[in-house]
Amino acid sequence: MFTHLLSLLIWLPVAGAIPVLLAGSARPNLARWLALLVAVLTFVVSLFLLLQYHPDAGGMQLTESYLWIPAWGVHYSLAVDGISVALILMSTFIGILVIVGAWEAIQDRPQQYMAAMLILEGLLIGVFCATDALLFYALFEAILIPMFILIGVWGGPRRVYATLKFFIYTFFGSVFMLIALLYLYQKAGTFDMATLAALPLTMKEQTWIFFAFLIAFAIKVPMVPVHTWLPDAHVEAPTGGSVVLAAVMLKVGTYGFLRFILPITPDAGAHYAWLVIVLSLIAIVYIGYVALVQEDMKKLVAYSSVAHMGFVTLGIFIAFLLVREQGSADMAQLGMQGAMVQMISHGFVSGAMFTCIGVLYDRLHSRQIKDYGGVINAMPWFGFFYVLFALANCGLPGTSGFVGEFMVILASFSANPWIALFAGFTLVIGAAYTLWLVKRVLWGDITNPHVAEMKEINGRETFVLVAFAAAVLAIGIWPQPLVHLMDTSVAQLVQQLAIHKI
Amino acid sequence: MPTLTDILIMLPEFYLVAAACVLLLADAFMQPAQRPYLHWISIALLLFTIYLVIAGQPPQTVTAFGGMFVRDRVSEILKVFALLTTALVFVYARPYLIDRKLLGGEFYTLMIFAVIGIMLLVSAGNLVTVYLGLELLSLSSYAMVALNRDERLPSEAAIKYFVLGALASGMLLYGMSMVYGASGMGGTPTLDLAQLHNVMTYTQAPKLLLFGLIFMLVGIGFKLGAAPFHMWIPDVYQGAPTPVTTFIASGSKLAAFGMAYRLLDAGMGDLVHQWQLMLAVLAVLSLAIGNLVAIVQTNLKRMLAYSTISHMGYLLLGLSAAGPEGYAAAMFYAIGYALMSVAAFGVMLSLTRAGFECEEIADLKGLNRKSPWMAFLMLLTMLSLAGVPPLLGFWAKALVLEAAIHANMLWLAIVGIVFAIVGLYYYLHVIKVMYFDKPQEGSVLQAKPDMSLRVVLSLNAMSLLALGLYWGPLLGWCRSAFGL
Repeated sequence: MFTHLLSLLIWLPVAGAIPVLLAGSARPNLARWLALLVAVLTFVVSLFLLLQYHPDAGGMQLTESYLWIPAWGVHYSLAVDGISVALILMSTFIGILVIVGAWEAIQDRPQQYMAAMLILEGLLIGVFCATDALLFYALFEAILIPMFILIGVWGGPRRVYATLKFFIYTFFGSVFMLIALLYLYQKAGTFDMATLAALPLTMKEQTWIFFAFLIAFAIKVPMVPVHTWLPDAHVEAPTGGSVVLAAVMLKVGTYGFLRFILPITPDAGAHYAWLVIVLSLIAIVYIGYVALVQEDMKKLVAYSSVAHMGFVTLGIFIAFLLVREQGSADMAQLGMQGAMVQMISHGFVSGAMFTCIGVLYDRLHSRQIKDYGGVINAMPWFGFFYVLFALANCGLPGTSGFVGEFMVILASFSANPWIALFAGFTLVIGAAYTLWLVKRVLWGDITNPHVAEMKEINGRETFVLVAFAAAVLAIGIWPQPLVHLMDTSVAQLVQQLAIHKI
Repeated sequence: MPTLTDILIMLPEFYLVAAACVLLLADAFMQPAQRPYLHWISIALLLFTIYLVIAGQPPQTVTAFGGMFVRDRVSEILKVFALLTTALVFVYARPYLIDRKLLGGEFYTLMIFAVIGIMLLVSAGNLVTVYLGLELLSLSSYAMVALNRDERLPSEAAIKYFVLGALASGMLLYGMSMVYGASGMGGTPTLDLAQLHNVMTYTQAPKLLLFGLIFMLVGIGFKLGAAPFHMWIPDVYQGAPTPVTTFIASGSKLAAFGMAYRLLDAGMGDLVHQWQLMLAVLAVLSLAIGNLVAIVQTNLKRMLAYSTISHMGYLLLGLSAAGPEGYAAAMFYAIGYALMSVAAFGVMLSLTRAGFECEEIADLKGLNRKSPWMAFLMLLTMLSLAGVPPLLGFWAKALVLEAAIHANMLWLAIVGIVFAIVGLYYYLHVIKVMYFDKPQEGSVLQAKPDMSLRVVLSLNAMSLLALGLYWGPLLGWCRSAFGL
């Protein structure tokens, strides 16, 4: 149907941002409708991925490749596998929801907000389908620009501090990746990721490159102890910014693990897998406790994001242990598959949680938990959705949160029961901080008179929450299509783990 | 005796000299009402010179006047961009000059003489030509800095510039004399750069030669504005009228690159192992001092001055890689930097009006509300200077870093990248002021209605994005100059 489907997906929202900007502040509604049109079109086009991508064939599909910079042999090359397809679909889906979500919340220069969102969406899609390392890097860095503007212009009171910290922190990590890529280019004479994956490297080289990649992606995920930018950025970002940040941008980090660390430095990865596993467990257990004591709703969800992303990194690196030490590719595949499902699930759940907080914030202009209480009395429908997402956040069976965590815990049990024990803590701590949040915000008597005046969610908000709820329940009840979409690609990734490059 | 071929080879230079003289005469005889035409005539002259440079470019390297003057691809590219950025400076400068009643022949002729200096410098095949070109450029620059002679700050800046510049020229000349002497001890004394290339192999006074090299490096370091020879940069940038600053920050840097390349590669190519490390030290110092001191600046011109110092550090990274790859990267960097700094100062010039100098960072507060397009252009420029993809500045940085890694100086590349993070802060600060802050009370921030300025500035800043998305041809052009 489309011959350049991936290019279209990247450039449609980016180019679509131009008319949105041109609509100007004099015609804010035109800008909103145009932005929505572009977002919906992008989503519709992304559905064609499902038609054109063949999950069973595996490998990289829908390849596009053009020589970009002859002197360096850099290609503008795009391709997707099952994991990319899932992530792109999630991005375009959430792309619509953030535009709708910002309809009334953003009154100050909406055209710039919408344009920044669309550009961000296009760049994120680009990251998920670039197969040239330099192209990947350029897009990986470029996503910082619209996010920087989004947080800085439409954010909360400490937005300047938060957005500068966000930009400089993440830039700090990725520059080391650039050095590593330039080094690899010296060795291989190309930036093609498939060629780099086949490049033999000594253990010493692999170790340096591994850590250069690790610092870049660990900051993006973010992993303990380099997660400190995330709570600040989340708290200060506008609702839409938080949603995209949590739902899609964090996935760029774990996606980088899959595309760079796994294939390029498998031996160093296996050697230092314990390090990442320990850091992931710290994220799951310790950050869970940190979330428990938060008084700011957004901070609480931000910390719970760090904890949940710990499952993704755990699932990826547990696969190293399973393949290299126990030779059980099946279990490794289960763990990796779990990590992928967790990535998608966390995207929807955390996006929904931030949307809910945004709904509350729009009414009371406070994110402090103590200002709420008894919201269910004023907003029963909202309460219904909030509880649903909260349960998904603590991994209740039947919601998407359960599937990924369960698979990862199962895989880690066969690697080492102790790891599974610590990972299993999440079921207790996650439930504790999420349910306690629900208890303090929704249940009880109304103590704050302003809460009683809060209006029930309107049609627009209901639409966003229903869409999120549908996604969360669909993955929770019937994860098979998602698993099938990614199955072959995950199996191929696991095979790559077993290859020694020394 | 110069032959016709010699003159044809130097045709663009001869043409521009003649044109500048005619311009000077015309200025003297023109009615005040006709003066504004000088502006358009000067731009046309520069553009026609670009045509002459490109159209008359011989396929092979040729020399004129017994090797004094070299016309090769390197000189061609540098000349084209020096002329181009100077034409941009003219376009951006017009409203500023009109507001301050400085629009007259002096500015245009001095500027054109400075450009002739650049053209001689980048085509130098002989130590004498280097010195001639440098002095022509420097003397015109000193005079231009003092153009607004009734004010205190420009005069102070001009004196500082002159005293330090004269000292640096003296150092350079002293170094040249040592090199000349060393070439005479064991062979025929020569000033020709091509013949000096292997002087190390036969000279009986290698120490003298080394000292000569060091003194010449001081001159190069001064012209580039590399630490520790950077002291003049902040004061001159801040004190000079903004159009002159723009020129010093763009065309002049291309000239400095050309001069460094001629002297070091053509002249002192044999001593590469000696000067390579010296340049690396200069690079590290420039990166550190430029980036760290820029953080605390509140004056935008002064901040950009320190940012220049840091950018020269990156340029030196490429030069110190000392190979065709490194030179091509450094040239790409010099061109990219010239385009970026012209755009940055262009935005400042477009916001400056009679009685209001836009030069404090705080002056840009809330620019996005007043003039979103100008704010966007400045955003592109600042991100490009900071080296954020997909803008031109990022690829320039990536190229010099790659060149450094290629030359087995991984440590230097890591130093470079670490300081890029430091530098990011103060560029983001400018964006923060424009986008996140509210406008100051009673601020008159409004872009000039001057159409030519708006259009050209937009093209200039958008070219940073366009070249960032597709930098292959420019890189290919730079590489072809060094036989790659």
